[in-house]
Amino acid sequence: MVGASLAGLSAARSLRKRGYDGRLVVIGDELHRPYDRPPLSKEFLAGTLGEADLVLETDGEDLQAEWLLGIRATGLDRSERAVRLADGREVRADGVVIATGAAARMLPGAEGLAGVHTLRTLDDARALRDELARGGRLVVIGGGFIGAEVASTAHALGLDVTVVEVAPTPLAGPLGETMGGIVSALHADHGVRLLCGVGVKGLSGERRVDAVLLEDGRSIPADIVVVGVGARPCVDWLEGSGVELDNGVKCGADGRTSLAGVVAVGDCANWYDPRAGAHHRVEHWTGARERPDAAVTTLLAGGVVEPGVPRPPYFWSDQYGVKIQFAGHAAGADSVTVEEGAPGDRNVLAVYRRAGHPVAVLGMNQPRLFMRWRKQLAAATS
Amino acid sequence: MIPACRLADLPRGEAFRLDIDPPVSVFHTDDGEVFAIDDTCTHQDASLADGWLEGCEVECPLHASKFDLRTGAVDAPPAKLPVRTHEVVVEDGMIYVRVSTDAPNLPPCVASRLAGGPA
Repeated sequence: MVGASLAGLSAARSLRKRGYDGRLVVIGDELHRPYDRPPLSKEFLAGTLGEADLVLETDGEDLQAEWLLGIRATGLDRSERAVRLADGREVRADGVVIATGAAARMLPGAEGLAGVHTLRTLDDARALRDELARGGRLVVIGGGFIGAEVASTAHALGLDVTVVEVAPTPLAGPLGETMGGIVSALHADHGVRLLCGVGVKGLSGERRVDAVLLEDGRSIPADIVVVGVGARPCVDWLEGSGVELDNGVKCGADGRTSLAGVVAVGDCANWYDPRAGAHHRVEHWTGARERPDAAVTTLLAGGVVEPGVPRPPYFWSDQYGVKIQFAGHAAGADSVTVEEGAPGDRNVLAVYRRAGHPVAVLGMNQPRLFMRWRKQLAAATS
Repeated sequence: MIPACRLADLPRGEAFRLDIDPPVSVFHTDDGEVFAIDDTCTHQDASLADGWLEGCEVECPLHASKFDLRTGAVDAPPAKLPVRTHEVVVEDGMIYVRVSTDAPNLPPCVASRLAGGPA
């Protein structure tokens, strides 16, 4: 198991549940045991959850695994099926699960400037939480989900917050233009400035950041900057291994890679989605929790099991007290209809359709109806 | 015992929420069995009656934690603590629930609200 976050832990659990009783080695580049990342931008950052609350393993859980933590995998030897580690060790295996996740993108040239943060790991979140506690002016670069959640949390903590988004509408990729606009209107509802359609030219400051410089010439004063401009899959270590890479590890619909005995799961894995007829690298928590079971089944069966069609991708986000839920693929839709609620009230159930058939559903504070539609979506497209 | 609803009014695959404090949900599985568990997810404030019922398992509508209806055990994270299970009796077509006397595992936000603290 290369990767010790949710996808790696879920794969380890599935292996044991499915009767694998051999040696199990879990390799992780962070020092921490598996922890839950969604609260890092929300309750943990706000200080309402502590580190003990993030632990993913349950009390007394023992997977009979050897944990090699704080050590990075640097290569995969296909002939020996061995994982090379940064300290020179090698771990040979009958099967390898690649679950190395993704890393937050940084602005070029921003490294080393104090007050500039990305948010991906527990260590990132600790550092940002400590800075936010001192208050001041926060500029969030990127109006995606991480950026929006950080803005929401920081606003609640009393900071003066500005969000800068290069696209004309934030969240247009995952939610489409119309609903992206409605969801990102939450910022203005709460007095958080949202600047759209303008890129960032750079950051100013000597040792510590003091402003974000925009391409239109404006300068936004900042005590703290959070860069939320997406993540790239951590697959550099697989270059030359024979594992086919294409926007992460290219996988079949069951997690199999181009090498026998090697599967990939989680944020680093670009799975074929039979619903969409295309590969999709899904960075959702639910994908990292659900897909390892299919991948492990493939691994244990030697690649002869045809797994069922997975449920449509699902994710959630909490911003300014509003529960946002989304399932399916917005990209293929040709219409979006508000079926319930009113956008102005930030209380909406919207259905995305293609040629009259539902392909995605969005809820804002509509968990009950959202579940009904999410089930329908799964039934309609399975 | 608390009367919940008539069995005939609860189709298979559906749930009925009993608005007591804390709320309890009665599930009618596709196989025709009836179970009662605490309605509130132990991870965060969400109603399991609104969840995804599959076999003897319900998935929380928000963060996809799964609970076994028979034992209350956590089958999938992020929840770590079980929900309470409650005895169900069906008499003359009516579903009754005998609420457990164990302490419930309420999520932190709900627990503090019930204790009169900030939500």
